[in-house]
Amino acid sequence: MRYFIYLIIGVFFGIVMFKSEAASWFRIYEMFQFGSFHMYGIIGSALVLGVLGVQIIKAKKIKTLDGSEMSLKPKDKSISRYLFGGVIFGLGWALSGACPGPMYVLAGAGYGSILIVIFGALLGTFLYGIVRKYLPH
Amino acid sequence: MDVIYEPWPWYVAGPLIALVMFLLLITGKQFGMSSNLRTACSAVGCGKFSDFFKFDWKAQRWNLMVVLGAIIGGYIASVFLSDNTVVINPEIAQQLANDYQITSAGESYLPPEIFGYDALSNPGTNILLLIGGLLVGFGARYAGGCTSGHAISGLSNLQLPSLIAVIGFFIGGLVMIHLIYPLIF
Repeated sequence: MRYFIYLIIGVFFGIVMFKSEAASWFRIYEMFQFGSFHMYGIIGSALVLGVLGVQIIKAKKIKTLDGSEMSLKPKDKSISRYLFGGVIFGLGWALSGACPGPMYVLAGAGYGSILIVIFGALLGTFLYGIVRKYLPH
Repeated sequence: MDVIYEPWPWYVAGPLIALVMFLLLITGKQFGMSSNLRTACSAVGCGKFSDFFKFDWKAQRWNLMVVLGAIIGGYIASVFLSDNTVVINPEIAQQLANDYQITSAGESYLPPEIFGYDALSNPGTNILLLIGGLLVGFGARYAGGCTSGHAISGLSNLQLPSLIAVIGFFIGGLVMIHLIYPLIF
């Protein structure tokens, strides 16, 4: 039952992704062509509220519902892993027109071929696990 | 009824995405949609091949529930709340038609030229989708997060690594759209 809340959050997230068109290949293509403010507005407005909210959480030392610390751990310092990993991700994001959240949303919306993308993403994750010790981090 | 089918503008969607992040924070989790891929790999036994997948994946089952929810949300939105068309900048739509013979902007949610059932029988398109997914999965784990994990969660927490990752996302995306697309399509 305690997992039910995550199911509901996921449903809500899925509806937002689909209705905002952030899950649409067309919107991703348009974003990388700088053809519209739409995607930048979505990310930007989420970010402005996100930064404000996280600052408030930190200033007021707000805890989670069960009283523990929030998951706001600083990220490990590195340039190569974030830059190389980021570029690889960006190539795939633009090639498939989908990032991990929208992939699942599109699967639910009935686009069968997105399953190929999801399978590819699982395979990519597996490959990373295999070769990670040889990569600069 | 038309109001229901209208797409949500950015100033509605962005704050709702921030709300999703805060809901996860308040329940003790972190917003990110790619770590579930690692959880799934572990759950099917990839720990036999790499220590990267040897962790207590059962403690991460919550993110598989978020995934299941996102699938259900996609179904609800597409079947009940949308006419499944996306209207983009007419100049971009025209350019797509001219350069890549993709003429479905404004008529569908995803281009059937790439995602339709006819395209599914085209091995070239399938390989591109597979490579696209592979790069997404590999890159997200290498960078330690995807659009939600870095561009929303990480940047909201003013993390420099996330800024580097997001710059990487856009370098990769721009290279793909402007330099590689003209070569492969």
